[in-house]
Amino acid sequence: MNVKPVDQARNALAFLEDKDQTASFHNLFDEGIWALRERRDAAAREVPEWEQLRDLASQIKEHTLSNLGDYLELFEANARRNGVHVHWARDGHEHNQIVLDILASHGVKQLVKSKSMLTEECDTRAFLGRRGIEVTETDLGERIQQLDHQPPAHIIGPAAQKMPQDVADLFHRVYGSDPQNAEPVYLAHVMREHTRPVILEAGAGMTGGNFAVAQTGAIVTVTEEGNADLSANVPKLRICSVGIEKVIPGVEELAVFIRLLARSALGMRITQYTSHFAAPRAGGEMHIVLVDNGRSQRLSDERFWPSLKCIRCGACMNTCPVYRRSGGLSYGATYMGPIGIIMMPSYDLHRYHELPFSSTINGSCSNVCPVEIDIHEQIYDWREEMSAKGEYSVTKKAAMRVADAVLSNPKAYRAASEVGETAMRVLPHFAIYNRLNAWGRRRDVPSPVTQTFHQWWARNRGDGVPPADASSERPSSETSG
Amino acid sequence: MRVALVVPCYVDMFFPEVGVATLELLEKLGVEVEYPFDQTCCGQPMANSGAAKQARATEELFVRNFAGYEHIVAPSGSCVHHIRNKFTAAEDTPERRHVSEHVWDLPEFLCDVLKVQEFPWAEFPHEVALHVSCSAIRGLNQQTMSERPNDAWFSKPRSLLEKVKGISILDYERRDECCGFGGTFAVTEEAVSAAMGNDKLERLGANGARYIVSGDMSCLMHLQGCAHRNREDFHFLHIAQVLNGGAA
Repeated sequence: MNVKPVDQARNALAFLEDKDQTASFHNLFDEGIWALRERRDAAAREVPEWEQLRDLASQIKEHTLSNLGDYLELFEANARRNGVHVHWARDGHEHNQIVLDILASHGVKQLVKSKSMLTEECDTRAFLGRRGIEVTETDLGERIQQLDHQPPAHIIGPAAQKMPQDVADLFHRVYGSDPQNAEPVYLAHVMREHTRPVILEAGAGMTGGNFAVAQTGAIVTVTEEGNADLSANVPKLRICSVGIEKVIPGVEELAVFIRLLARSALGMRITQYTSHFAAPRAGGEMHIVLVDNGRSQRLSDERFWPSLKCIRCGACMNTCPVYRRSGGLSYGATYMGPIGIIMMPSYDLHRYHELPFSSTINGSCSNVCPVEIDIHEQIYDWREEMSAKGEYSVTKKAAMRVADAVLSNPKAYRAASEVGETAMRVLPHFAIYNRLNAWGRRRDVPSPVTQTFHQWWARNRGDGVPPADASSERPSSETSG
Repeated sequence: MRVALVVPCYVDMFFPEVGVATLELLEKLGVEVEYPFDQTCCGQPMANSGAAKQARATEELFVRNFAGYEHIVAPSGSCVHHIRNKFTAAEDTPERRHVSEHVWDLPEFLCDVLKVQEFPWAEFPHEVALHVSCSAIRGLNQQTMSERPNDAWFSKPRSLLEKVKGISILDYERRDECCGFGGTFAVTEEAVSAAMGNDKLERLGANGARYIVSGDMSCLMHLQGCAHRNREDFHFLHIAQVLNGGAA
């Protein structure tokens, strides 16, 4: 496993400077993702009680997570009563092994799968692939990423970082389709032509789950393409993998989340399919794998448990100005954007220790979050955690030590800031983080001033006699372009 | 009324005229302004970077400088957000809490404490675009947040600017999208920061505004840097400069 820390800033620079992409690609990406945010706003405006719904959803999640063990056991009991096999997996590896064992016991070599961030997290496809199981993604975006050997760039739209022409080229390479035709409808048809037969042949189907309803023992999926239903219903053997935090008490609570989810994610009142998978089809078999993979540990963390409330709508990345200008792949992580920043370090602190710095902490993410996770506050807290745990770059450490020494000491601060022979040469080094070049690469530095405010005050408003070189002129800096 | 003036470090060093405009404006409004002489910075640059330990001495110095005042005013939403809501590196004393509870960003102080109705000395016959910072909006609740479309519209900084004779405030797209400054983010992630700044400038100026006004000079320092580099003809002014008059 690659444990080199992810350098999101460098990846983002590569995204911005990608010569393969057309010049307008970055704007198109930004505007395309921003359009989701605008649709979300419009959908929220239609619901006068929107903010109360968010409060309620947050409270339900908090309540369920506070009684997680009880609800999970209730869910398990009801699922078993429905004739479903329930498995518990401590981590990703255990999950993958359980899935493999189920497939092996049925002699299955071909698996169709709908989009599931959990299986991305567990790297299930690669695990099964190495053991001779052919896995076919049935979600269009996820299939595109699979064929291009890339992880998802967005949790709702995995191929969000690709232009239609990229997909046309990819499908031409893989399927021999018309490279000149980049019409999304055509491309969807190409994909469908090639995956539908696989769905009919596959020995097993796998889905994730948006919710696990304790009261009914059902897994609920919320999708647009219907591929989850095909994956789940066509093959006789069905496997649902869900994280343990997905459990909710009952169908009444589900209604709250259903109202929030599609509106937050896509600005739609509801998606095409909201499917309850409660029992195996006639003559079939159904398995549910409940996966922990670090969730219990995060739940016990007083500061960072709230990310477990996440319902995977993606609204935080849609609104995030950094995500929209970096692309989702830049985070080098299963979960990207603001929610990824606060989730990933709990999987691997060292690998993701720079992620909390890939944010301006502007707070928009927390405002759109349908379950009111205080995402930007958590990003702030993760920075503190990184500093406290020593997961902090040498440059940052040095800069902070200088800033501490200078800013906590009025004399040192005056010496560094006041206009004199050396000041303007010394000053920017602590004022702009000891990396003047980084500021100046694409921006001009502020123009020099004739005197600081402090000097002006001393000369004009101070009690004593002004110094000999006093200037009573109003200070100025060049603030026009 | 006696007020302690906070002059943020970057205003002190780069934009002293903003400190003077704030001072003069408060005095015109009949306020007695004191400038605690040993002030430096609020500690945000360190705290915001996660370096709580390195922010402690600076925050405590701030508390010592300002604990004796009933009203503490700063021309910076970002600093006030830090002092009011994030002042946790300093020891949690009654003085620390007093400072957090009695600090005001200039627009709030004018709207909520002084309840200013007019600025008869101010005239600004220009088209301006108003940039209200993320700290001011989402940290200090100075303006309706675009993410909450069912909330009633209000904007404290805008309501102040509207009282200035001759001014024309132009709307623009994505009014509260972050400008990309973000403190140390501006250098740790300079490419994205500059991309955000350039996008912001494009929208700020799309309707023809050439004067960009804000309550946060840190955002403007960043935007000005982008504009200068692109040789774009924008003028950047702190809201205090417009309200104080004489900036036209």
